[in-house]
Amino acid sequence: MDQKKKFIHPYIPNSVPSVKEKMLREVGVQNIDDLYEDIPEGLRLKTDLKLPEPKLSELELKRHVMKILDRNRSCEETVSFLGGGCAHHYVPAICDEITHRAEFLTAYAGEPYEDAGRFQALFEYESLMAELLDFDVVNVPTYDWGQAASTAIRMSGRITKRSKVLIADTISPDRLAIIKNYCHPVMKAELVRHHPETGHINLEDLCSKMAAEVAAVYFENPSYLGFIETQGQEVADIAHANGSLSVVGVDPISLGVLKPPSQYGADIACGDIQGLGNHMYYGGSLGGFIATRDEEKFVMEYPSRLFGITRTAVEGEWGFGDVAYSRTSFDRREKGKEFVGTAAALHGISAAVYLSLMGPRGMRELGQHIVQKTLYASKKMSGIKNVKLRFQSTPFKELVVDFSQTGKSAAEINRHLLDKGIFGGKDLSVEFSGLRDCALYCFTEMVTQADIDRLVRVLKDHLG
Amino acid sequence: MNISKNSKLRNFHQAKWDEEVIFELNTSGERGILVPEVEPEIKALVGDGLSVIPENMLREDPPALPEVAQMRVLKHFLRLSQQNLGADLNIDIGQGTCTVKYNPKINEVLAASPRAYALHPAQAESTVQGALQIMYELDLFLREVSGLDRFTLQPSSGSHAILTMASIIRKYHETRGEGSQRDEIITTIFSHPSGAAAAAVKGYKIINVYYDKTGLPDIEALKKAVSKRTAALIITNPEDTGIYNPKIADFTRLVHEAGGLCGYDQANANGILGITRAREAGFDLCFFNLHKTFGTPHGCGGPASAGLGVTRELVDYLPVPLVEFDGKRYFLNWNVPHTIGKVRSFYGAFPVILKAYAWIMSLGGRGLKEVANIAVLNNNYLLKKITAIKGATSPFKAGKHRIEQVRYSWEELYKETGVTTHNIAYRLADFGFHLWSSHHPFLVPQPFTIEPTESYSKEELDEYLDGLRHVAEEARVEPETVKTAPHRSVVHKIDESTFDDPQKWAITWRAYLKKYGKPSK
Repeated sequence: MDQKKKFIHPYIPNSVPSVKEKMLREVGVQNIDDLYEDIPEGLRLKTDLKLPEPKLSELELKRHVMKILDRNRSCEETVSFLGGGCAHHYVPAICDEITHRAEFLTAYAGEPYEDAGRFQALFEYESLMAELLDFDVVNVPTYDWGQAASTAIRMSGRITKRSKVLIADTISPDRLAIIKNYCHPVMKAELVRHHPETGHINLEDLCSKMAAEVAAVYFENPSYLGFIETQGQEVADIAHANGSLSVVGVDPISLGVLKPPSQYGADIACGDIQGLGNHMYYGGSLGGFIATRDEEKFVMEYPSRLFGITRTAVEGEWGFGDVAYSRTSFDRREKGKEFVGTAAALHGISAAVYLSLMGPRGMRELGQHIVQKTLYASKKMSGIKNVKLRFQSTPFKELVVDFSQTGKSAAEINRHLLDKGIFGGKDLSVEFSGLRDCALYCFTEMVTQADIDRLVRVLKDHLG
Repeated sequence: MNISKNSKLRNFHQAKWDEEVIFELNTSGERGILVPEVEPEIKALVGDGLSVIPENMLREDPPALPEVAQMRVLKHFLRLSQQNLGADLNIDIGQGTCTVKYNPKINEVLAASPRAYALHPAQAESTVQGALQIMYELDLFLREVSGLDRFTLQPSSGSHAILTMASIIRKYHETRGEGSQRDEIITTIFSHPSGAAAAAVKGYKIINVYYDKTGLPDIEALKKAVSKRTAALIITNPEDTGIYNPKIADFTRLVHEAGGLCGYDQANANGILGITRAREAGFDLCFFNLHKTFGTPHGCGGPASAGLGVTRELVDYLPVPLVEFDGKRYFLNWNVPHTIGKVRSFYGAFPVILKAYAWIMSLGGRGLKEVANIAVLNNNYLLKKITAIKGATSPFKAGKHRIEQVRYSWEELYKETGVTTHNIAYRLADFGFHLWSSHHPFLVPQPFTIEPTESYSKEELDEYLDGLRHVAEEARVEPETVKTAPHRSVVHKIDESTFDDPQKWAITWRAYLKKYGKPSK
């Protein structure tokens, strides 16, 4: 350690010289360097790593990092209307209580015996999500919605033995980029147009693109652009008539009030659990879910862990474990389905706690609350001079607000809102060429009527 | 078998609540949490909100979630947590390859700041300068630790980093017009399964190089494998055996000579921090698992994060955006000429990134080297002691030292007693320990893999050793006790016969009810 000050780092107990010497003696070497005999001299680093001087005391470390974090402005100190795949939802206190439990936080890969708790918690996560989605199989979470959609599409490719996916062009561009990379070069993606007035899928365009190599049609509902797609069943029927699957991405927080994709013909549903009891963390606490019917042809194509329930040698005792482990790359390396590894289990546990707390009524009331807030905002915002709502269809929690006729750019408007202490909606100008100076506004239970009224007032003042 | 007098072994018993499945706690009408109603004016203006939902999209039957009062939900999940061993409670050295080390609590405190958790990814850059600074500086730290030139923090695990590597490798060869010609990735059989699996997702044919009699990947096999079809080598070093491949620079040279790239899976970096680097060994890409080497908690299997680094020649292929600093402000750069696009929404697992940053800031350069030194000392101490246990061996390289972990074998004990490595693992659960076997395929028979890291004291290592000794001896004198274990863990021998049968498996509670009916309590 530091030559100027000899000290024992609190994270490294066996640095204590007497212990170290005793262990070296037991091992039978003079010094630790002797243990690196296999590393050729030419590959040895001759100097110390040039890293900043460490903050050795916990207090100094805390001061240092908190000072950096203080350069951030959080959505708790500024009203935020940002969404688009990560949203500010309320996280119940008990979610944090459970995910901070050391037994869960610091566990990893124990057996279903000494780690029975995480197996059961994640089985319950799967089961609670299954009720929300009205599907009988849900995976242990993967990284995020992008990964879940990518895998759902690759699953479709394997199930149908086809190599193309048709994707509604209102998809999140971020997610589309993930899917395209993940599918290349095994599967191709082609976009399907939407109706400019409603945002809904253009079924004629879809039909014209249906072909023998189409494995699946993928769309999102509610869409990235906020509106509710009403043609889910038609899309599924068109896909099925072609021997293709219907894959639907869904915001699970909508499912207290909106029909789950399984009820309008979807074969695979996917999405993100961030909103279910997980903080935003700068978009860093996502978790992807995939759900299907309980059919062998679907189950055997999941790459993810699937925890199942069973009995034990003792009557009445529940046990848990891996279902169809031989699918996985853990078991079969490159011959397994895609790959599996560490992903987002703790976010799944938080979602399990969240759904257990919310129950059917909580999900219903929250869905209703979000729709009411969004409708209120849509009425108020469309009353601002020259401000339009881009789509005439019913929104769930997000709205595309069109500022293109205000004479001010969406970026400029957002700068002004920021000056007034408001994080305005996400500027869509870069993501969609057809949505220049439009912004995506998100309304969750975290914004109050007063927040929306203030937003409208500031916009009115600014836009004249 | 009684615990011997001199043993440090505990008379342990794990918490066992015989806890119900959450759905069994349902009482119609109970509430776990209430949702605020919208303000009266909103209600007056827009009504109940439901009537505007298109009829064919309105959910008719509410989801059949359980209805449970708040305290009972809390109690349920607290009990489940008690039915789980975490590294904070046990001596978690039995999960080799995973570097289960101490996860400092101060880092949890930092991550619990609203200025960390309540940030939205689309906030104006001026309002997230702190978050961007942490990402940028962590990139700088990882550059120094690896010698490579630029890192992305987007990959969300080691496997995901391999997928990202394979994506960069493909794009690189495509850009040079060799995309379809170079369709093979070479890895080694002692590298992580994802080295092969995640690369195969990108359409590559996988060549697994096996090991020679010393346990090292066979360089002659590599020579035969490389060709004009070689896109890359993706390799771990030290491999899961804990043996450092001294010919690693020859491996990377051979692949480079054939026109391939070299990717370094540094999941096993804990023993070589500050000792040797990816750059000097000739790698073009490498990644570190922040949730392993850099001290962030494993969270029952994520969230995780990998820092993936590349040489200057490959920076233009990294996923977007990159975090930049112009001397005054930090910003996101979306303009990366040959970018593979994205591998994760937004920018990466920020809570993990933040904790890894704090971990490095607590240790510094010399501290990182001390981490490696003590991890290696601990490992060789265990190696000496474990190979002295009758029935346990360390295949390959007898009498030599290892880096940070060892893949051992209970084969001799199994031949003598019929007790398997899984039997032993389950029996160890009775003493509050976890023991993992190995990735598949089991090339080392009756394998177990131990990685002590730097975190556990000699006293604790000795306690774990006493556990291994006790169970090995018990396998001889009371094999049935070991074979029927666990006895003092949460649950007893699990009936695994249902898990591979589509008629019997139940991946959710509703599937269980459909297949088995309502359980009687």
